[in-house]
Amino acid sequence: MTDTATRDDAELIAAVRRGDEAAFAGLVDELTAPLTRLALAHVPSRAVADEVVQDTWVGVIRGIDRFEGRSSLRTWIFQILLNNARSRGQREKRTLPFSSLRRHDPEGRDEPAVDADRFQGRRGEYPGHWARPPVEWDSPVERLAGDAAREVMLTAIASLPERQREVLTLRDIQGYSAEEARNALELSETNQRVLLHRARSKVRTALERHFDSEAGR
Amino acid sequence: MSTATDEMTCREFVELVTDLIEGQLAEGKRVEALAHLAECDGCATYLEQIHQTIAGLRRLADVDDFPRNREQALAALRELKRTK
Repeated sequence: MTDTATRDDAELIAAVRRGDEAAFAGLVDELTAPLTRLALAHVPSRAVADEVVQDTWVGVIRGIDRFEGRSSLRTWIFQILLNNARSRGQREKRTLPFSSLRRHDPEGRDEPAVDADRFQGRRGEYPGHWARPPVEWDSPVERLAGDAAREVMLTAIASLPERQREVLTLRDIQGYSAEEARNALELSETNQRVLLHRARSKVRTALERHFDSEAGR
Repeated sequence: MSTATDEMTCREFVELVTDLIEGQLAEGKRVEALAHLAECDGCATYLEQIHQTIAGLRRLADVDDFPRNREQALAALRELKRTK
């Protein structure tokens, strides 16, 4: 994915404008999974996510004549999806009682990757080094594939701040490159990386708590 | 673990992990981080767990299946073409 519309984009845009079904179907097949995952970063259910994605396709068809190619076609489509998903998510959230208790920094940029109390304080023997280092996980490959770990990861993802959830979804679940995620979400390189860092750290912490408690630690 | 105060601490290392994995650390920092890693079991385990976390997240995608919403999207295309 590049920043501005490419020649391939131009052909695709022209095809969609003509109502070329094969070209449009190709786009739908390519983007349905990432768009749905990204929608799920904002809305609570698969059914709502599907509606948001469908609304996005309608938005694409309606707007394609006015699309000026200032971003790539895919970036533009992701922006339509994000606008739909964010406003839909806001609406759904208003009906949930605890949404106002969310953390103060929506980007969550000020939090450390690991709780400060895991490290030795200034008076420790080795300040800033582990006080309680992480313990290796037993058979991580098998257990990470299990239902329990899956639940732990999904819960951790659900409680991430919005932007972190978006980046993690595209990078680590969908498998997008940093550049693809950056373009889809219109983030700077540094921001993308900071958000990813926070999000991954938190999912690791959640898994650590889960595995440690299973091991009776 | 080392006592020298100008060497990287574990607390600093865990904040550099993503930059390290993404290949975005400046050369000097990268050398420092790798030197720390070579001597610190806790941080080696931490880095390994981050890799395991990424692998676990990637597997979430395998389980999800997205039945193609193709027909519905194509219907919208036909509909709008007719009314344009």
